[in-house]
Amino acid sequence: MKTDELARLLARGPIAVPPGAVARRQALALGAGGLAAFGLMLGLLGVNPDLRAATGLAGFWTKVLFAAALCGAGTLAMARLARPGASLGGAPAGIALALVLMASLAAAQWLAAEPEARRALVFGSTWAACPWWIALLSAPLGTALTWAMRGLAPTRLRLAGTAVGFLAGATAALVYCLHCPEMAAPFVALWYVMGIALPTVVGTLLGPRLLRW
Amino acid sequence: MNERIPTEGPASAREARLRAQLLSGLAGRAADYEQFLREMSAHLRAFLRRRLARHPDDVEDLVQETLLALHNQRHTYDPAQPLTAWAQAIARYKLVDWLRRRGGRQDVALDLDDGYELLLAVDDEAAEARRDLGLLLARLPDGQRRPIQLTKLEGLSVSEASAAIGMSESAIKVAVHRGLKALARLIREEP
Repeated sequence: MKTDELARLLARGPIAVPPGAVARRQALALGAGGLAAFGLMLGLLGVNPDLRAATGLAGFWTKVLFAAALCGAGTLAMARLARPGASLGGAPAGIALALVLMASLAAAQWLAAEPEARRALVFGSTWAACPWWIALLSAPLGTALTWAMRGLAPTRLRLAGTAVGFLAGATAALVYCLHCPEMAAPFVALWYVMGIALPTVVGTLLGPRLLRW
Repeated sequence: MNERIPTEGPASAREARLRAQLLSGLAGRAADYEQFLREMSAHLRAFLRRRLARHPDDVEDLVQETLLALHNQRHTYDPAQPLTAWAQAIARYKLVDWLRRRGGRQDVALDLDDGYELLLAVDDEAAEARRDLGLLLARLPDGQRRPIQLTKLEGLSVSEASAAIGMSESAIKVAVHRGLKALARLIREEP
């Protein structure tokens, strides 16, 4: 087939694309994966029985806001990396800012606490499970977001895998907030971040293999 | 990165024209879209030929593969983004992918990729492709091959094709899209 014939073939028939196709696909994956993660959390962990009381605490909303900010920046990063030739925009700066603010708050709480109370601020009572649960909840999200990314056009595959893993982890952390009984900033700054880092590393490793097109 | 895209001269006029053609195509106008693909193939040819100086016989195959990639990935073009940046990133990705499939990056002038130059050069001398996409199309499963044949080779409208083979119109569109994605996969799996 000659190249001109190919151009003609490609141009005939159904060619229209509704605007917003990238955002729709990403939203669909985020919604489906988020719902599955929520179901996993309900089935395996259950909602924090003290959630109603927790919603009156600044610590709860700090945690939710932190995870939500990382979700937002991760969504932007993924959307940019799904488009050939697009720059990352403000996504890395947004992620860095959220991390720095959380770490500063954690340091402030830790410094302000009595020395004998510091251990509890860092480890709480669930530190050993927290990162693993976040990583587990990120599995359906990672699967759905990988599906979405495979239907788009990442040209920097490793970085695209990083973004998919990071967004899966951040969204899983947001879901995990509904179960998690911990309210201390040092706990969140350490174990939540570790839980998000696990799928981020997995995504970085799998990106070049899974996202080729 | 965008400041390196030429803002004046022939490349910027081309950028504006091709971008308008692509957007018109995305809205469903076939004639503009075909013009976009034809002009783009001449730019791709020049771009790839410079980088595959030692593989002149493979240039046309890669032009076709990249043209198919532009089409299959057309929904990822953001109208707020320069067309050159988008198309050149795809061309470069397909070039690197092609090289990787052949097991090496040697012999290729990838270092030429500093600026946005895709639209600067034109090469209208299409060589004969070594790979026949028609043969690869014939290997697609019937459910994809028939809709492509009717709408893209015989020129039937989607509703005519729908009536002819008893698939819904949206099923036809999905089958055409999946079929062309499958065609891109067949190209990549070739030895």
